[in-house]
Amino acid sequence: MTLDLLREHGTPLARQVFTWKDLVREPISKLDDEAFTRVRLIVGHAVEQAAVRFQHAAVRFGAEHRLLLADIRRVEHHQATLLRWLQPADQSPLECSIAVAQAAVEVGAQIARCEPDPYVAQALRLGLLEDFDHLYRLAALMDRLEGRDANAILQSYTDIRPGRPTAAQHRAPEDDLRRWYDRYATAPATKLHARIAGAIAYQARDHYLDVGPTFADPVARQLYAELASVKEQHVTQCESLLDPAETWLERWLLQEAAEVYLYWGCLSSESNPRVRAVWDRFLAYELEHLRIVRELFEKTEMRDASEVVPLCFSEPLQFAGERAFIREVLAAEADLGAAGTEFVPRDAESRATQSYRAQLERDGSPSETVAAGYRWSPGTELADPRIRDASVLPPLKATGS
Amino acid sequence: MNRARRPTDLALNRTGIYLSPTDGPAVVEGARDAPSSPGCARALAEVRRQYAGEVGLIGHMPAPASLRVVENVGGAVLRRHKVHLLLDKLGERLAFERTGVRLFDALMAKLEAQGSWDRGPTLAELAQFRADEAHHFALLQDVLINLGADPTAITPSADLAGVELAGIVQVVSDPRTTLPQALHAHLVAELVDSTSWEQLVDLADDFGEAALAHKLREPLAQELRHRDTVTTWLKRHAALVVGGTLKYSA
Repeated sequence: MTLDLLREHGTPLARQVFTWKDLVREPISKLDDEAFTRVRLIVGHAVEQAAVRFQHAAVRFGAEHRLLLADIRRVEHHQATLLRWLQPADQSPLECSIAVAQAAVEVGAQIARCEPDPYVAQALRLGLLEDFDHLYRLAALMDRLEGRDANAILQSYTDIRPGRPTAAQHRAPEDDLRRWYDRYATAPATKLHARIAGAIAYQARDHYLDVGPTFADPVARQLYAELASVKEQHVTQCESLLDPAETWLERWLLQEAAEVYLYWGCLSSESNPRVRAVWDRFLAYELEHLRIVRELFEKTEMRDASEVVPLCFSEPLQFAGERAFIREVLAAEADLGAAGTEFVPRDAESRATQSYRAQLERDGSPSETVAAGYRWSPGTELADPRIRDASVLPPLKATGS
Repeated sequence: MNRARRPTDLALNRTGIYLSPTDGPAVVEGARDAPSSPGCARALAEVRRQYAGEVGLIGHMPAPASLRVVENVGGAVLRRHKVHLLLDKLGERLAFERTGVRLFDALMAKLEAQGSWDRGPTLAELAQFRADEAHHFALLQDVLINLGADPTAITPSADLAGVELAGIVQVVSDPRTTLPQALHAHLVAELVDSTSWEQLVDLADDFGEAALAHKLREPLAQELRHRDTVTTWLKRHAALVVGGTLKYSA
C-alpha cells in the first residue's frame, strides 16, 4: 500500500470551502464509535493546530508569501474546527482528557516503534512512558471524583497502570533539550514523526491548560497544572529534535507532508463512514497544500523537494493498540530519565533537575495524591469489594459528632 | 474556609446593575438606542429543529454479555426492546449510585473541614449513606450479571446520568462551597435518585419480575431515607440561621 505524492490529485484551494453547518456536523457517538475514531480526530486536530501555529509564526518572522500563508491557514483552521466539533458534548472534560492521553500513548507508541533513528526513538519512548502514566493518574481522578470508569473511553485498548511516575517526570529545562537530527542525513520518516509527536504534545498541553480550571475540585486543578507542565516539557523535547538549520519553507513542506501522512493513515483505518468521508476530503485538501508548497519551495530555494520529503509513503499509520510494545518499553525503561541531551538512569539525573523537582513538589505531589493506592478494576475501583467496603472514616475519629 | 464567614454575609458582589449608578443607565441606554440583529428568538428553534431531524442518537445499548438476557428474564420471555429498556435503566442506576459514593466522599471531606450544626449531618451518618450507595452499586452489578449483561458498559441512560450529575459533582467538590450549599446540590441527586428507584421497581413489576422488584425495594427505601434526611438537615440549618443560633462544631 503506497501513496504517490506526485500523482495523487488534491482539491484546488479555491474549492476548499466550508459552511457553518458543514463545520458543525453530527458528532461521533461516545458509546458506539470505536476508540480509535476518537483518537484519529484528536490527532488530526492536533496536527491542524500545529499547522496554524507554524504558519502564524512564519509570518511573524517576516516570511514572504503572507497571502498564501493566510489562504492556506484559513483552510487549516476550519479543518481543525470541523475535527474538534466532531467530539460529542456528552463527553465530559475529564473523558476528553482520557481520550487525549490515549491518543498520545497509542499514536506515540506507534511512531516510537517505527522510528528509524535510535536516538529519536529513545526520546519518543521517554515521552510515551510519561503519557502512559498521565493516563493512569487521570483514570484515578475520574474514578475518585466522578465515580466513572476510564475504560469506557479506552475500550480496553490501553492498559491503566503506572508508567514512569508523573512526579518523577519534572526536569529542569536544560534536561528537556535533545540533540537535533541532521537535516541532510535523517530519514524523512524521522522528520515527520518528530512533528506529529510535537503536535500531539502541544495539543495535550493546551487541552490540560484549558480544561484544568473548569474543575472545582482542588486535586483535579492541581493534577491538570502538573500534567500541563510535563506536556510543556514534551513540546520542548520534540521541538529540540528538529534541525534548526531547516529553512522555513523546508519546515512548511514537512508540516504539510506530516498532515498528508497522518490523514492517509486515518483514511486507511477509519471504521465510521461519516468520519471516513472527512478523512478522504481532508487528504485531498492536504495533497493540494503540499503541492503548492512544493512548487513554492522548488521555485524559491532552487532545490528538488524530494531532498526533503519523500515522493511516496509506503505504509500508513495503523491506529491499532500497541499494548505489547508499551509493556516492553515499560519493563525496560521506566527508570530512565534525562541529563542534558542524554538518557540516563533516574539516579543519575542532574542536580538541576533534582532541585527543580524538589521545589515543585515542596507542598505535595498532585499526581501521587490522586492515585494513592489506586488500582483500576473493571467498573472502577469500587467494583473491588476490598476497596468498596473499606472504612472511609478518618483515623482516630470513628464517629462524627 | 473560615467558619465565621458565611455566603449570606454582605460583601462587594459586583454583578448587579444597580451597583453602577453611572454605567448602569448608560449601558441600558446604549442597548435601547441600538438596532437589534434582524429576526426573533424563534431562529434558534429553527436550527435546533433542523439538527434534531438530521442527527442520530447519543448511543445504543451494548450487545449482551450472554444470550440469557435476550431470551429470558426470570422465566418470562420478553421482547428484546423491553428487556433493553430494563437493562438501560439498571445501568443508569448503577452509574448514579457509583457517582453517589464519590459525592459522599466529597461531602465527608467538607464536613471534616467545616464541621456541622446541631442535628446536622455527622460523619458517621454520611459514611453510612456512602456505604448504602456502594451497596446499591454492588447489588446492581450482580443483577446485571445475573441477567447476562455487562455491568461495565455505559448504557445510554447511564451516559446521560453522568451529564446530569456533572454540575452536582462540581458544587460538592468545590472547596469554596459550604456544607449546606453542597447538601443542597446533593439533594438534587437524592430527589432524582429516589424517584428513579421507584420507577425501576415499577418497571420490574410491570415485567412480572416479582423477585427482582423485591430485591430493588430495599435500596428504594434507603434512598427515600437519604432524601428525607438531607431535606431535614437543610431545614434544620435554615431554622438555626433564622433563629440566630447557628453554631458549627467539629
